[in-house]
Amino acid sequence: MTKIVRKAQSDRSFEEAMLELEQTVSKLEKGDISLEESITNFGHGIELSRYCASKLDEAEKKISILLQDEEGNLIEKEFDI
Amino acid sequence: MNKVYSVSDINNYIKQLVSNDGILSRLFVRGEISNFKHHYTGHMYFTIKDENSVLKCVMFKSQASTIKFAPQNGEKVIVCGYISVFERDGQYQLYASDMQPDGLGALHLAFEQLKDKLQKEGLFDIDIKKKIPVLPRCIGVVTSSTGAVIRDIINVTYRRHNNMKILLYPVAVQGAGAAGQIAAAIRKLNELNQVDVIIVARGGGSLEELWAFNEEVVARSIFASNIPVISAVGHETDFTICDFVSDMRAPTPSAAAELAVPDVEVLLYKLQNYKVRMKSSLLKKLTMCRTQIQKANSRHVFRQPYDKVNQYRLKLDNEFKHLFKNNEMRLNDNKSKFGMLTGKLDVLSPLKILERGYSVVRKPQGDIVNKLEQVHIGDNLEICFKNGRVDCNVISVRKDEVYD
Repeated sequence: MTKIVRKAQSDRSFEEAMLELEQTVSKLEKGDISLEESITNFGHGIELSRYCASKLDEAEKKISILLQDEEGNLIEKEFDI
Repeated sequence: MNKVYSVSDINNYIKQLVSNDGILSRLFVRGEISNFKHHYTGHMYFTIKDENSVLKCVMFKSQASTIKFAPQNGEKVIVCGYISVFERDGQYQLYASDMQPDGLGALHLAFEQLKDKLQKEGLFDIDIKKKIPVLPRCIGVVTSSTGAVIRDIINVTYRRHNNMKILLYPVAVQGAGAAGQIAAAIRKLNELNQVDVIIVARGGGSLEELWAFNEEVVARSIFASNIPVISAVGHETDFTICDFVSDMRAPTPSAAAELAVPDVEVLLYKLQNYKVRMKSSLLKKLTMCRTQIQKANSRHVFRQPYDKVNQYRLKLDNEFKHLFKNNEMRLNDNKSKFGMLTGKLDVLSPLKILERGYSVVRKPQGDIVNKLEQVHIGDNLEICFKNGRVDCNVISVRKDEVYD
């Protein structure tokens, strides 16, 4: 049985997770693995898709502008369009 | 009496004449550069010539540093300036304030020269281009804080991803100092390390207006950036050095936002699609396994598990029968053989012979006597009849044929 190497979710980038998900899907679709492996892969795939979906929600909506104060330090301020 | 002038007077007089001349005080001269010397002080000394004549020129450091291309011998140029006399040498020359390549615009030439130089250095190499991340945490934008460009980028960004963070680094996008500001902004964004991708953008404009994006400092800062840079300068048809050195070129600022920011709807659809495909694959696998089990169950061996055993049992019975039959036959065979042999034995039995009236002569040791030579006078012999025996003593031995 092929071992699924689980990377810690935090150090996995969105595209890495997406790529792994894609590979998991095609492995499942190929169907030449055992039922047991299919179930393991399915579980892993669902986990990956949840992770990707959470990454899409993660960012915060914010538009900032970097300005310099009197001493030349950069300060971040909200930007009004 | 003719007045005698000093050399200085004459040179001074000519200088005044020349200086007061309307044409000579500001003029453009076309010619080919020769004897070009870029003095260490920063001044440029050269002559321009045509087929018949040469004209000495000088361009002082303050002007020389502003020209956008590197003048070379043989290059055809248009020099702008005024004619004046250098009194010490009694020579007039063209004091150049500006110089343009003849035919080709100076900026254009400068662009080509810088492009050539950076290309040779490998700043445009395709295989060192950084990948633009699929889902950046935050995008950095280096452009003017006013105008359509930043608004376009914000609009496109939020149309695609409602939760994206944008960090604007405001810079002048044209005029003196613009290039320095752009380069500094890229460096600062790298130091801050908050953004995953940088968009360097400016709206359309003339070559002069876009010039900051063709400056070497900008190119160097983009090349040094650890964060991927998308360049979106001018219209689709405008190409700048910034475009070549960037990791990706976008035809417009809006397009840059599209390249930097993923469309969440598309990604969510993709995820949904993956889930559906995974579910249906697993179901398919389960159905397949179930069918296999059913197929196995329906096989003969499962339907009548004792069938095989019964078949063997029958075969065994048969074998036994065969075995018995064989044994019996052999027994009978032996019986008849035995009968035959006993019959033969009976016929050959010496008793039968004795019954017929013959007798057997034996020596006392038991040897049968059947030849005359075995017997000598005085021997003791035994004669056996059917019903007894007689002990005899040989008194004579005669040799003749009994049945002659």
